[in-house]
Amino acid sequence: MSPRRAPNPLMAKLGRDLWRIKGQAAAIAVVIAIGVMMQVMMAGLVASLSETRDAYYQRYRLAQVFAPVARAPEALRSELARIEGVAQAETRVIGAGRVELAGQPLPIAARLISLPDLGAPRLNAIYPIAGRALDPNAADEVLLLDSFAAAHGLQVGHALSVTLNGHRRDLRIAGLVKSPEFLYISAPGELIPDDARFAVLWMSRSALAANFDLKGAFNEALLSLTREAKLPAVIAAADRLLEPYGAQGSYGLEDQFSNRFVSEEIKGLEVSALVVPPIFLIIAAFLLYIVISRMVQAERQEIGLMKAFGYSNLEVGWHYVQLVLLIALAGALLGCGLGVWAGQSLIGLYTQYYKFPFLVFQLQPSAFVVGIAAALGSAAAGSLFVLRRLVRLVPAEAMRPPAPADFSGTGRWTKGLVQAMDQLSRMVLRRVLRQPWRMAGAVLGIAAGMGLTLAMLTIYAGFERALDLSFSVLDRSDASVAFLGPQSPASLTALARLPGVWQVEPQRHVPVVLRKGRRSHKSSLTGLVPQARLLRVVDDKGRQQALPGAGLVIAKPLAKILDVAPGDSLRVEVREGARPVLTIPVVGLAESLLGAPVYINLEALGRLMGQPGQINAAALEIAPGQESQVYQSLKDMPRVAGVSLQSDTRKAFETLMNQGAGAMRFVMGFMAFIITFGIVYNAARVAQAERARDLASLQILGYTHGEVAYVLLGELAVITLLAIPLGSLIGHLLSFAIAEGFSTELYQVPARFIPETHGTAALTVLAASAVSGWLVQRGLAKRDLTAALKSRE
Amino acid sequence: MQVSRLLPFLRSKPTDGSDPDGSPTAHPSARPLAYRTQGLTKTYGEGRSAVHALRSVDLEVTQGELLVLLGPSGSGKSTLLNILGGLDRGTSGHVWFQGQDLSLLDDRRLTLYRRQHVGFVFQFYNLMPSLTARENVELVTEIARDPLPADEALSLVGLGARLDHFPSQLSGGEQQRVAIARAVAKRPTVLFCDEPTGALDSTTGRAVLRVLADVNRKLGTTVMIVTHAAATAAMANSVLHFADGQIRAVEHNATPAAPEEIHW
Repeated sequence: MSPRRAPNPLMAKLGRDLWRIKGQAAAIAVVIAIGVMMQVMMAGLVASLSETRDAYYQRYRLAQVFAPVARAPEALRSELARIEGVAQAETRVIGAGRVELAGQPLPIAARLISLPDLGAPRLNAIYPIAGRALDPNAADEVLLLDSFAAAHGLQVGHALSVTLNGHRRDLRIAGLVKSPEFLYISAPGELIPDDARFAVLWMSRSALAANFDLKGAFNEALLSLTREAKLPAVIAAADRLLEPYGAQGSYGLEDQFSNRFVSEEIKGLEVSALVVPPIFLIIAAFLLYIVISRMVQAERQEIGLMKAFGYSNLEVGWHYVQLVLLIALAGALLGCGLGVWAGQSLIGLYTQYYKFPFLVFQLQPSAFVVGIAAALGSAAAGSLFVLRRLVRLVPAEAMRPPAPADFSGTGRWTKGLVQAMDQLSRMVLRRVLRQPWRMAGAVLGIAAGMGLTLAMLTIYAGFERALDLSFSVLDRSDASVAFLGPQSPASLTALARLPGVWQVEPQRHVPVVLRKGRRSHKSSLTGLVPQARLLRVVDDKGRQQALPGAGLVIAKPLAKILDVAPGDSLRVEVREGARPVLTIPVVGLAESLLGAPVYINLEALGRLMGQPGQINAAALEIAPGQESQVYQSLKDMPRVAGVSLQSDTRKAFETLMNQGAGAMRFVMGFMAFIITFGIVYNAARVAQAERARDLASLQILGYTHGEVAYVLLGELAVITLLAIPLGSLIGHLLSFAIAEGFSTELYQVPARFIPETHGTAALTVLAASAVSGWLVQRGLAKRDLTAALKSRE
Repeated sequence: MQVSRLLPFLRSKPTDGSDPDGSPTAHPSARPLAYRTQGLTKTYGEGRSAVHALRSVDLEVTQGELLVLLGPSGSGKSTLLNILGGLDRGTSGHVWFQGQDLSLLDDRRLTLYRRQHVGFVFQFYNLMPSLTARENVELVTEIARDPLPADEALSLVGLGARLDHFPSQLSGGEQQRVAIARAVAKRPTVLFCDEPTGALDSTTGRAVLRVLADVNRKLGTTVMIVTHAAATAAMANSVLHFADGQIRAVEHNATPAAPEEIHW
């Protein structure tokens, strides 16, 4: 046989080898497929979301700087436009209002935004969905955000009762629109998306200005930038120009509420796309290494024979590499298909939370290439170690009968231990001890799988805990009321007097920018009474923290963002009223799982703002059964901007967790289980294949199936039992890393030790072992004993 | 002194299979029968591709005999050995061991039959690499009813000094002797050897054959040896010549040679 004609018989062998190990090959291919799937899906989602976002922003001219101001003359627009780096300047009137809907028990907060009487706005254009543009001569027409309309069944032509600046107006819906400014929508002061509880209305500039006494003036400027512009310089220049008119502090697009959430989501996906797929590929490479090294070990006679016939190391090695590459390629192609399918399914979910006018899952050719290349590369890397051994094999091996594996080294370790054991147990023990690194590899593999499962279980529990802590420990109110602007303490008394209200607690929210060194964060201060009972400030041990006379108690995640600890001071730039710039010490850290609040003593806040006693929100506890009565009274109070119910917020949060971004954890959990099972099954198959001859000999000697299965499964049991404590440790550590990854500004996922999850993860591994063990021992009863002795190991 | 009854070409009358010791009236031999087969057939595959490993073999083996089975590869000798040893089943026909029809036994009883009555020696020893010589023998004595002590079994094969060595520390001949010690330690009724010297040089091979002859003589164990080496036949009481799944000829040897006299 000449080496030239090598491919044909070797190809036939390749096909048969693949068929022989089909179970293991399939398990490994699935692990690879999951890694590639995540890669293709996440890369596709990142591309789809970021490209759609960028195109939408550009096409609808979303401003890059937002500059709120109390009241500035329209003439200032041309001066803003002349700031270096500004491409376009636009002005507009914005205002807060309230929508009253028949059948809705609660008033709904609304934001009103002006559109130019004639023509399209220079910046922040809108995307029409239904109806027509505003008639400049009709002062009672509005355009309505379509997701709000859909949530309440509102259509073009319907009337809408809106309270503007304390006056009730009847308006007509002329059209439904989307806006790049409102991709992510939540009720004011809240973070959870909710289409139904926040309305955005666009009115003609003249009509809206008339309602807010802003004729010939504006209260928000929008700027777009040139390519060379420096954002901080433009913001500083705009603030200087607007200063005399009550500037409230300009901010860039990155601090814009909706954009912040979309960008956080994309960033999270990007990180996951970098971190998750390699985990799967490394595990797959490890499994392939085990399978191929076993195969080369078992076929060393054939390898020696091929070499004796004149096949080169390269030809023989390539044969085994091909096997590995075929498995990897099959996994990678499956992964590509699954990735496209998963991406297309998930993209629909994203359109629920991010109001893009269109969102098409984009196939990323580069993601396919990277996914396939990474799969093939890691698989080949796994097999390279084995090839070294193959090269060292001498052709003469083919002429010798298989030498018994050398167990003489295990004796000295086990002398005392084996005394009490029967021969079968000795076989189990010595095999475990003979190749301790190999066993350690199997233990580590199973432990890694269990760790992943455990981490995901811990995260599940973490979500539950986030809900519990947020709504049972921290926030015990039934409803919170937001006022239109600061109110005197009398408003509180009015609330307290409402029939059905059991308890009222005053709050004040003040928008601020917090700075520490070069770090800054746009946030708001929450002023509370020192021993609040409805909205409580709690430390990480669950104890209520009193708010001292001065100083900030800040949420732990925010302390991390700003890198501050109690004792440090923060520069606080207030973005309201007289806009004082303050330096306030941090006096404590608060546990917080939703958002990143900053608490301060209400009285101290009043002093700092020069408005003692003023409040702009309140938490209510309502007598059970009297809710509707209280809601009706709140609807009749013109200074109330909106009311949110704790039960609604909780429901929205649960929906987000179970259907939205949080749903990914179920996918991850499922994959963790697949990996665990794949590793365990692989370990069992390898143990069975390596011992086929020994097991057949035992059966011939007259050992029963049960006794033979004990030798086979004993090893698996030892590995599994060793893996469980290690898996517990890995899972514990991993859960913190994954919790960090899942946590966003919107919510924090706590990781902590929960004994039940460790038990469940251990049971999962035991179940995987039991099923794998059952699958491999089934073969014992069926096989041909004499054939097992004659065939390769 | 040992006689084997062989009925290769004529259909024998049915024997009373329930008689465990064989009947002196039915068989002229002074010794009871160990095995009797009737119409034993083994076919692998079906239809055109079917391979007939055994074609209606009728055979009687007397207890205490030393038999050698000769024949080219594929002539059916190993297949017969495997069926008699309870490792395989015939496609049709019957096998009686001490009057018990083996083809009627379920897997569990067949395992019990191997455990109590049968010893095997293979060409490649099939020792447990993870157990020492002594432990390999104890593997059998632990589950046998009235075994030889492991040390004694190993002394019998001349390995009393290497009790605590692992297979990897033993030569091929030594490994084969451990395998024989393991096979005889249970005091089997019958010892099956499939090419026991196939992997050994002639000196070592002769030593192994000496052990087999000793076992046969001292313990009264029926020994059946499958081999390619025709010279081995000289030490047998009876020699069965196999071809095409049938026993073509039988030789009886009134004065078996000592293994030391054999050359191949």
